[in-house]
Amino acid sequence: MLYREVGQYHASYRTDTAIFPIRQDRVGMLVILAVAFIIVPVFGNSFLLDVVAIPFLIYALATIGLNLLTGYTGLLSLGTGGLMGIGAYTCYKLATWFPGVDIIVWILAGGVTAAAIGALFGVPSLRIKGFYLLVATLAAQFFLQWAFERVPWLYNNNVSGDIEVPTRTLLGLPVTGPNATPATRYEVTLCIVVVLTVLASHLVHSRVGRSWMAVRDMDIAAELIGIPLLPTKLLSFAVSSYISGVAGAMLVFLWYGSAEASVFSIDLSFTILFMTIIGGLGSLLGSFLGAALIHMLPIALRNVLPGIGLDLRPATVEHLNLMIVGALIIFFLVVEPLGLARLWQTIKQKLRVWPFPY
Amino acid sequence: MTNAAAGETLLAVEEICLRFGGVQALSEVSFDIKRGEIRAIIGPNGAGKTSMLNVINGFYRPNRGVIRFRGQSFTRMRPGFAARNGIARTFQNVALFRGMTTLDNLMTGRTLKMKRGFFWQLLRYGPAMDEEIEHRRAVEEIIDFLEIEAIRRVPVGRLPYGLQKRVELGRALATEPELLLLDEPMTGMNLEEKEDMCRFILEVNAQFGMTIALIEHDMGVVMDLSNRVVVLDYGRKIADDAPAVVKQDPAVIAAYLGVAG
Amino acid sequence: MDLLYLIFVDPFVQMGQAPDLLVQTLWDGLVSGVLYALIALGFVLIYKASGVFNFAQGIMVVFAALTLVGLYAAGIPALPALALTVVIMLALAVAIERLVLRPLLNRPDIVLFMATFGLTYFLIGFGQLLFGGETKQMITRQLHLPQGAIDLHILDGLVTLQKIDIAAAVIASVMVASLAFVFQYTRIGRALRAVADSHRAALSVGISLNQIWVIVWFAAGVVALATGIMWGARSEVSFALEVVALKALPVLILGGFTSIPGAIVGGLIIGLSEKLFELYWGPLIGGGTEAWFAYVVALIVLLFRPHGLFGEVIIERI
Ligand SMILES: Nc1ncnc2c1ncn2[C@@H]1O[C@H](COP(=O)(O)OP(=O)(O)OP(=O)(O)O)[C@@H](O)[C@H]1O
Ligand SMILES: [Mg+2]
Repeated sequence: MLYREVGQYHASYRTDTAIFPIRQDRVGMLVILAVAFIIVPVFGNSFLLDVVAIPFLIYALATIGLNLLTGYTGLLSLGTGGLMGIGAYTCYKLATWFPGVDIIVWILAGGVTAAAIGALFGVPSLRIKGFYLLVATLAAQFFLQWAFERVPWLYNNNVSGDIEVPTRTLLGLPVTGPNATPATRYEVTLCIVVVLTVLASHLVHSRVGRSWMAVRDMDIAAELIGIPLLPTKLLSFAVSSYISGVAGAMLVFLWYGSAEASVFSIDLSFTILFMTIIGGLGSLLGSFLGAALIHMLPIALRNVLPGIGLDLRPATVEHLNLMIVGALIIFFLVVEPLGLARLWQTIKQKLRVWPFPY
Repeated sequence: MTNAAAGETLLAVEEICLRFGGVQALSEVSFDIKRGEIRAIIGPNGAGKTSMLNVINGFYRPNRGVIRFRGQSFTRMRPGFAARNGIARTFQNVALFRGMTTLDNLMTGRTLKMKRGFFWQLLRYGPAMDEEIEHRRAVEEIIDFLEIEAIRRVPVGRLPYGLQKRVELGRALATEPELLLLDEPMTGMNLEEKEDMCRFILEVNAQFGMTIALIEHDMGVVMDLSNRVVVLDYGRKIADDAPAVVKQDPAVIAAYLGVAG
Repeated sequence: MDLLYLIFVDPFVQMGQAPDLLVQTLWDGLVSGVLYALIALGFVLIYKASGVFNFAQGIMVVFAALTLVGLYAAGIPALPALALTVVIMLALAVAIERLVLRPLLNRPDIVLFMATFGLTYFLIGFGQLLFGGETKQMITRQLHLPQGAIDLHILDGLVTLQKIDIAAAVIASVMVASLAFVFQYTRIGRALRAVADSHRAALSVGISLNQIWVIVWFAAGVVALATGIMWGARSEVSFALEVVALKALPVLILGGFTSIPGAIVGGLIIGLSEKLFELYWGPLIGGGTEAWFAYVVALIVLLFRPHGLFGEVIIERI
């Protein structure tokens, strides 16, 4: 009886087209945001913030980026890692050239080059699909990673070959670099993720999002209705790559603190793709759930297994983690192709009729 | 019988030829569609009816021939052009957006009419929201008309076939077309559903003045609905006249009975 | 001008000046091409018979090699270990058919494809859990494979051919020939081709789809084992091969997903061209071009021929 929309009538299409039409959902959302913005940074220690919360948010954002492309538009990509790298290196160059400008501006600007390059590699998508397109995105991934390694200009000719994040302040508070506290970096991360998530959810509920899904579900019919295929796909590539790029810049500037080219390898692409699949293709909520599951599984394994008396070597835990992730992918594809997001829907549906299922 | 075919020619195809490898799907087919009429295209399986619709809205490119639309001539139509100029279409094997709800499927039909750009959509506020609601209102009218209120929020992949066909008609109507191409809108339906569908087609034609080209196997339906009938067989036009006349035509009878010649 | 010279003239001058180096590079390219072709062959086998695009084929290569080496390290003599590995590949095929393919029957291709990503990760974790994650040496000598090299003094220079590479080429040819024979002339082969054409047609001939799937996945497993042995003998056995194995994808773009000769030709083209490019043009842009060259070639091919070099053009219907 707790979760019901009974008695909530929508007198206008305006309230009916709202993104959370049910009151309990809106209240729940506010509670989550309050906890995330206030409780977590106040009570969280640096382990919770640096190992769990910040990476989770960044991965979730990257997953949203890929989900727009793969889940909403139906275009498979393994180039996410490379595009995240583009975001990071762009942000690095811009922050070096214009040290006076607020770093958040450059983090957000990092996505712009990623969007351009992503759209460029998306051009073949008009004529090729599925596996063929995957190879095009692999070309992007391997070429970009090669460039990150071989073009010293990108990493300011540092001897280490790494991006070394400089200290930058916002209102006198260090936001990036070694002096920034986890709590500050967390708050900044959270703000960016929340804003971009809201914008992404606006998009998917609008004409743009519907065109993407139409192209995904039946491209021929979409074209005959007047949805132009190439611009629609390119827009999806650009928006998706923009978000990936921003996530990549955040990965380095707000989490790692320094990064070498191999961070943006095909493994990162796979990680994000798996988060997308397990969370649920075509669901923003799922992007958060998938990122949470895949990011926290190894942390949980490392911390829980010793607790129950299983003292495994770190390498073994790593291998177990791979096996579980692989098995989960297959499990979800077999049992619940729409992922964790769908499971959550089902639970809500059960709650709605609880405690009288008939 | 609805408003008689009084209008001028809206669309004409002239000597259309279409080949797939060894198969001659259409050979030198010519006919016209007048504004405001219901035009039926019939013929045995594999006669080339679907191919003809695909040529008309630009999905196939004919090897020869001309398409005249609103006085302009084209050697081929393009899907985007056809859509912008008011040609809408339903498909023989339902081509809905299966992962989307009925409402969203119909809303995609409004795509061309929505003018607010990307950044407005991003904000989903003010004019963008007003536009969204304006089109929602138009779509709700179609939902009422087709009596599919109950399935508004259901992903169409889960609907029974008959309802899917109805939603597909709704999506085509949402584009407010001038010419509506229907490819076997009643196959796989029971009698009651067929009657509903006939009623919708007649009403669309009478109330909104939409011109309709319709492929249908059920001769009874064709008799009831259409003003004029084109008959195709093995890619050739073998008859073109009022339904009552076509029904008596020996060539047509032979084609349907499978008699050679 | 200088740049144009460096790109269009200089490499060919170099080729002319040191023909032995050119021949050596061609040979090396050919050999790695054979290995790409073998991985691609595994893809093609499975794709032809089950329509599944098996992303895990590269990992099956590593997994098979690792199993062989691991069993040997556990004290089983080389040849029994080889036999046992074949049995394990059969068990793997049965498990995949039961746990992955059968539950996903009639689902969109893309879902099956993504399932093979999951399979890939599972096998990486599983293989390392069983046999450890460190790199290992292939038991080349114990398997009685030739070692050492032949030095050819030709073209005023020296060209070195590793005996194992020659063996790899021979084994690959034998394997391809026998697969072609099986496909063409045996009852199972006809069944496989029937399945490729239409699942229902195959059922009406009275063949169980499940059996067919086990057979092709097993065949692909054996091909993977052979590939793994050859590959391991040339370098070492480790999961780093995973990334190299991905190059079978551009090979398939060139060769088509359904053609065994296509896979071979595509593999050789990619192997040869990436070695030549790296040696003669790579230095101009900093080297290391083998990481992306194959993919960029595939991308360019796709831009002009969206269905690959040998793929047939299909007019979509609606
Ligand atoms: N994309 C295509 N590729 C190859 N052949 C095609 C294609 N589309 C149609 N054909 C062939 O063209 C001929 C006409 O097909 P079409 O679908 O137009 O027939 P139809 O009159 O709609 O038949 P039905 O009543 O069965 O729907 C058939 O022989 C068909 O096989
Ligand atoms: Mg038809």
